[in-house]
Amino acid sequence: MDTFVQQLINGLTIGSIYALIALGYTMVYGILRLINFAHGDIYMVGAFAGFFIAHGLGFAAEPSLVGFAITLLGSMLVAALIGMAIERFAYRPVRKYARMTTLITAIGVSLLLENLGVVIFGGAPRSFPQLLQNQNYTLFGNAAISKSQILIFSVSIALMLLLQWIIYRTKVGTAMRAVSFNLNSAKLMGINTNLIIAFTFALGSALAAAGGVLTAQYNPQIYPLMGIITGLKAFVAAVLGGIGNIPGAVLGGLLIGAAETFVVGYGQSVGIPSTYRDAVAFSILILVLLFRPAGLLGSTVQEKV
Amino acid sequence: MLTLENISVNYGAIEALNGITMHVEQGEVVTLIGANGAGKTTTLRTITGLLSPRAGRVLYEDEEISGLPTHKLVARGISMSPEGRGVFANLTVRENLQMGAYLKKNKREIAEDMERAYTMFPRLKERQSQKAGTLSGGEQQMLAMGRALMSRPRLLLLDEPSLGLAPLVVHTIFQAIEDIRSKGTTILLVEQNANAALRHSNRAYVLETGQIVMEGASQDLAADPRIKEAYLGE
Ligand SMILES: Nc1ncnc2c1ncn2[C@@H]1O[C@H](COP(=O)(O)OP(=O)(O)O)[C@@H](O)[C@H]1O
Ligand SMILES: [Mg+2]
Repeated sequence: MDTFVQQLINGLTIGSIYALIALGYTMVYGILRLINFAHGDIYMVGAFAGFFIAHGLGFAAEPSLVGFAITLLGSMLVAALIGMAIERFAYRPVRKYARMTTLITAIGVSLLLENLGVVIFGGAPRSFPQLLQNQNYTLFGNAAISKSQILIFSVSIALMLLLQWIIYRTKVGTAMRAVSFNLNSAKLMGINTNLIIAFTFALGSALAAAGGVLTAQYNPQIYPLMGIITGLKAFVAAVLGGIGNIPGAVLGGLLIGAAETFVVGYGQSVGIPSTYRDAVAFSILILVLLFRPAGLLGSTVQEKV
Repeated sequence: MLTLENISVNYGAIEALNGITMHVEQGEVVTLIGANGAGKTTTLRTITGLLSPRAGRVLYEDEEISGLPTHKLVARGISMSPEGRGVFANLTVRENLQMGAYLKKNKREIAEDMERAYTMFPRLKERQSQKAGTLSGGEQQMLAMGRALMSRPRLLLLDEPSLGLAPLVVHTIFQAIEDIRSKGTTILLVEQNANAALRHSNRAYVLETGQIVMEGASQDLAADPRIKEAYLGE
């Protein structure tokens, strides 16, 4: 029982990160029908932005909640700006062409970010500073939850509620839903659709950056290619939940996180080695595509954003 | 108020409009009739900036507007209820109307305008919290028109508002058009239902394969034997 609870906590921790990143995939898909392959790399950019902010402002030396908050918000802001720049200069010019063109552009942007990362930051991993004094709290038996896990849960939940509020309760959020349903009708309302699309990229990128900084509090190794596998898993999470579906992205993220942790934790007893961890998400992807291509919460008339 | 000068529009290599010239004056209801594929929708999409003309100019209130993005034209007082209604099926009726007032800042005016839309189409009020996708075709058309009025347009473009609707609903829609007209809004009405369109308009243009082939007072066109044969089924 203790181990089960422990695995569940660990799985949901990673799952929350996947969920934060999956939201960006799903929002951009909802609004442009584009799989933004560069999105995983924004998560990496967010982690590095956090790294430099924490060192630059001295939070690395002195852990504090304020330092953590400023690092988090700063990296979200940097990523939002970079996300908007990518949309403006890479995707918008090719939007009028066939969807395949945009898709290839996205792969190009992804490679560009990864390689720029290697050139600028070097290929070797860096160690992200601990921004809060870490501590473990025993729940019962041997199950424990660490301060960084609590941080990941609370920040992710807060961000997801904030996103939910923006999308369903504000004018700009209503406009996002309108644009995602019918671009031309949205234009006829007087909506500057380019602005709404840029805003969607900003939101998604900020969430991915939050994921980057939070992950780094849990697993401090950051490196320029860290967004590849995590980004792919978050993408699978979005597909599992039903791409374009906001609650689906959250559900998909949590399920993928839990599934891979359970495979590592229990797999050996049924003959699955823990090195299969990364294969879990992709096996799930294949199963979803075979049996439920619209995803768990996706339907033919899905709520797209 | 609105003038199209020698407008030509292409879809790739296909020419949809071939040098059309027309005008709409303040306070008029002008109708554009023509068979399926004649280029009516293309004309309206060009006026609202969803398409750019290959040649020619669009003038609105004495300024050239061709090339301006759609949202700027809405800000200048042009509004359209598009072909196929284009309601946001994933938004509630109320949210659809709110989007119609996207550029409006004054909350009290927005609330008044929403009440006005509900008075014009009481069915919408009953369904205000329902997703627009659950509405019937006629209700969606009412929503599309109510929504187009939320920006308080000076020029309202209606693309086939009666298409596919039951006779009773068609009647409601044309009554609403009369109502909007009586309040001074200028209307450019596109219809395949030439009969009703000619009855509810001052002037008319007849479009055939991208060209204007006839124009005149609606009454005169309704009495013209060629129109009677080709468009009124007599
Ligand atoms: N998106 C499009 N791509 C290519 N051709 C189009 C497109 N839309 C309309 N057309 C063509 O342009 C012509 C005019 O169409 P349209 O303006 O929709 O006519 P109407 O509204 O009078 O029925 C038709 O021949 C139609 O096939
Ligand atoms: Mg048409």
